[in-house]
Amino acid sequence: MSGRIVHIASNTFREAVRDRVLYNLIAFALLMSGAAILVGQISIGIERLVVINLGLTAVSLFGIVIAIFIGIGLVSKEIDKKTLYTVLSRPVRRWEFIVGKFFGLAGTLVVNAFFMALGVFAALLYVSRHFQASDGWVLVALYFIILQFLIITALALLFSSFSSPLLSAVFAFALFVIGTFAEDLRGFAGLTKGIVRWLATGAAYLVPNFSALNVISSVAHEQPVAGQLILSNTAYALVYAGMALCGAVLIFERRNLK
Amino acid sequence: MSPSRRITITASALLVMCLTASVLLLRQIDRERTGTTLEEVLYISSPTLLKRMSLGYDGLLADIYWTRAVQYFGDKLTRGSEHFDLLAPLLEITTTLDPHLLVAYEYGANFLAPKFPEGAGQPLRAIKLAEFGIRNNPNQWHLYYDLGFIYYFDLEDYAKAEKAFADGAKLPRTHQIMPIMAAKMAEHVGNIQTARLMWVTTLQTTLDPNVKANAVAHLNALQVDEDVTTLERLTSHYREKTGHLPQSFADLEAANLLRGIPTDPLGHTYKLMPDGRVEVRVPDDLPFIEKGTPIGYIPPRTPKLPPVN
Repeated sequence: MSGRIVHIASNTFREAVRDRVLYNLIAFALLMSGAAILVGQISIGIERLVVINLGLTAVSLFGIVIAIFIGIGLVSKEIDKKTLYTVLSRPVRRWEFIVGKFFGLAGTLVVNAFFMALGVFAALLYVSRHFQASDGWVLVALYFIILQFLIITALALLFSSFSSPLLSAVFAFALFVIGTFAEDLRGFAGLTKGIVRWLATGAAYLVPNFSALNVISSVAHEQPVAGQLILSNTAYALVYAGMALCGAVLIFERRNLK
Repeated sequence: MSPSRRITITASALLVMCLTASVLLLRQIDRERTGTTLEEVLYISSPTLLKRMSLGYDGLLADIYWTRAVQYFGDKLTRGSEHFDLLAPLLEITTTLDPHLLVAYEYGANFLAPKFPEGAGQPLRAIKLAEFGIRNNPNQWHLYYDLGFIYYFDLEDYAKAEKAFADGAKLPRTHQIMPIMAAKMAEHVGNIQTARLMWVTTLQTTLDPNVKANAVAHLNALQVDEDVTTLERLTSHYREKTGHLPQSFADLEAANLLRGIPTDPLGHTYKLMPDGRVEVRVPDDLPFIEKGTPIGYIPPRTPKLPPVN
């Protein structure tokens, strides 16, 4: 990675921290401690399940909201503030700017997820009194959530490279929702015939498959995640995020900034 | 005082007043609305639709619905309501959202199957729930045990109970009680010993203090039923021998029919009534007993379970 990309990424990270993005950790801490203490009193036999389900769901949703709402402003904000011209007037290529922004936001989300993961494990220790071997699978679920962040961040950047922030947010969120139904879409394609089948199959493979990256329920029930799935999901997320990033670079390279 | 400070103090005071007023008004509104409006509503009744709407976060939604089912059942039981219309749908939604949530099958079946006031009196819905659980978790012997339990206790269908226990006995990881129960069901042995065996197994295999307390209460009730039957038989025997009823247990002891004054499982002595009946001293402390209660006794709405260490 070139030094210029690292600089852009670190500045993006610092800007996100200055924008008080990490304040969501306070809400998360309150949520986890509240759940850990209260659930045992109002429900039966699901204290551990709730900590894992609620914790991982919150990590995922908080991160996706941050990825979308910060990601859509990464390019447009620089244009509005005219700081983009200062950056591009230096020996920085447009693609380096996009890639740097991507790594900056991805880094922010990873740091955010790291602190939330500490919160999840602290709450887990509180309700279970000890850790067990199967808790290691929670780390796999967290890893998959970070892979989701990479895809969403790349998509938000892609949309923000050619659209307004509002529309970018709508597109990115819509694609996230559709992505959770990717497997249903593929099932629907299988039921159709002719050109509709081709179109539906194409759409099903074009949208990101988020359902494969969601193993929260499985790990909550201490079910192991296959090593092959970890490898395949890693490769898929990297390839898909790379594809979206390439699209963002291609559009941004041709964008008239005058 | 500066104008800015005056505004700060006024705005803060107004904020606190408005917050207090809104809380008081909400409490008033809650009193004006009927309980039915607040509780008997299941906005989305389709489990499949809810699963789709959860966007993959179905585990958390299942936990929420399970908590809602627990609260609904507990609230209805406390109020003494005999209508549990939403209980089965809530449990179906919970288990569709998370088919591996074993606690929902185990407790859910126990909420649904027993007759009021112990449960909702819906054994068929309980069987449907247990069978759904077995389809999704075929290697969990406890679910077969629960199914057999419902067939035995609530429907007295020995053939189906035997099949449930026998199916559970075939699992690679099962409990030693399963083949024994299957054999007992095959013999149609619906006696106190079989019931005691089942409750002892429940007591030994659960880690949950509520289930333990329930099992202990049922075991105590079985002991009382057995004791009262035996003591009343001895009283009849004494009458046949002497021509009159005993005045106290000491008479039975003097006639060599009894050794010592009998006590119930909580340590209280039984009472021998003038008409020859035997009663427990504190029936409220011994829920589920079918014998030994005073004439016209009405048990409390919520069974008083013993503390379990």
